[in-house]
Amino acid sequence: MKRLTLVILAICALIMLAAAVDLPNWADPSSPASTHLSPDFLEQGYGETATPNIVTVVLADYRSYDTMFEAVVVFAAALIVLVVLRRTPRQRSKMVQHRPVREGRDTVLRGAAQLIIPVMQIFALYVVGHGHYSPGGGFQGGVIFGASFILLALCYNLQFTIDRFKEQAVLFCVAGGVLLYAGVGAICLAMGWNFLGYAGLAGILGVSEVMARSHGILLVEVGVGITVFSVMMSLYYDLASGGDLDEGL
Amino acid sequence: MDEIFHFIIGKYNYWASLVLLFIGLYGMIAKNNLMKKIIGMVIFQTAILLFFVSIGAKRGATVPIIEFGPDKLPLLDATAYANPLPHVLILTAIVVGVATLGVALAILQKIQRVHGTIEEDEILEDQRR
Repeated sequence: MKRLTLVILAICALIMLAAAVDLPNWADPSSPASTHLSPDFLEQGYGETATPNIVTVVLADYRSYDTMFEAVVVFAAALIVLVVLRRTPRQRSKMVQHRPVREGRDTVLRGAAQLIIPVMQIFALYVVGHGHYSPGGGFQGGVIFGASFILLALCYNLQFTIDRFKEQAVLFCVAGGVLLYAGVGAICLAMGWNFLGYAGLAGILGVSEVMARSHGILLVEVGVGITVFSVMMSLYYDLASGGDLDEGL
Repeated sequence: MDEIFHFIIGKYNYWASLVLLFIGLYGMIAKNNLMKKIIGMVIFQTAILLFFVSIGAKRGATVPIIEFGPDKLPLLDATAYANPLPHVLILTAIVVGVATLGVALAILQKIQRVHGTIEEDEILEDQRR
């Protein structure tokens, strides 16, 4: 069986090797990917949105539909994990579980976590807020922010984290981030522009249309950041405790 | 000989993702443990992300963040910046990949709860019973 697999994979590898002949060389400035759409993004992106980080511009402005539905996919994943794993107390009592409860003080670990977590959270907010001018944005900042809470749950225990950040609040953030994103789009629609056409925010914010697109990017990045960080926490809550929200790992 | 050498060196990003792709595919097909299959899937995914993001590289270019000249005017020369589009696509794909990995792990936990094992042949045996 395994030998058959290897033979099939070797044939596939040869086909792909043959296909690689037609691919452009690495870092070739005249490759098709670098000559059609990307020069337009790079040359017009700053003038149209007043945002130097073109990755952020493409992510949250030119391809904002894509990003919105990525946020919806992440949102749906959090809900699916919840639905798959959550049990009623009656179902839970049927299973005999012997989960070892970890005791002990772990002074060094907890002290280090206390030092690192606030720095991580401030850094995460910086990554979200400074995404216009340096590498960063909602996805990266959201993941760092979520990781800080996961670190807290690992160094103390899951119950300690859940007491401070209730599951209801996490799920509220999951939905709230997507709602903020879609809400910005809906406001633009209400102002007579296209859905997610941030220039429609110019009248509300009292700035020029170019600056309104910059501010719109920031708003949806914050929405993405809230969704991503709370989805990371929701996934950890459910996966670490098998959906029971007990002691966790 | 020289041509073959240029072919290998000039496209080495594809060889890296090709090797990872087939490690992942082999893990997904040949391994019996479902957890190992998921690990194979993640390696497979990483190979595709690497392939995609390597397309964005451009010789002599820097990160796609517009720089400003001494007169505070933006330098809008497309050849000076890497292609931003693959970065955007991969950025979202990584986070969505983590979320879908969470779904896979949740289903795995459910399988373990129902069948008491995550070995594929033992699950099939359990279902026949």
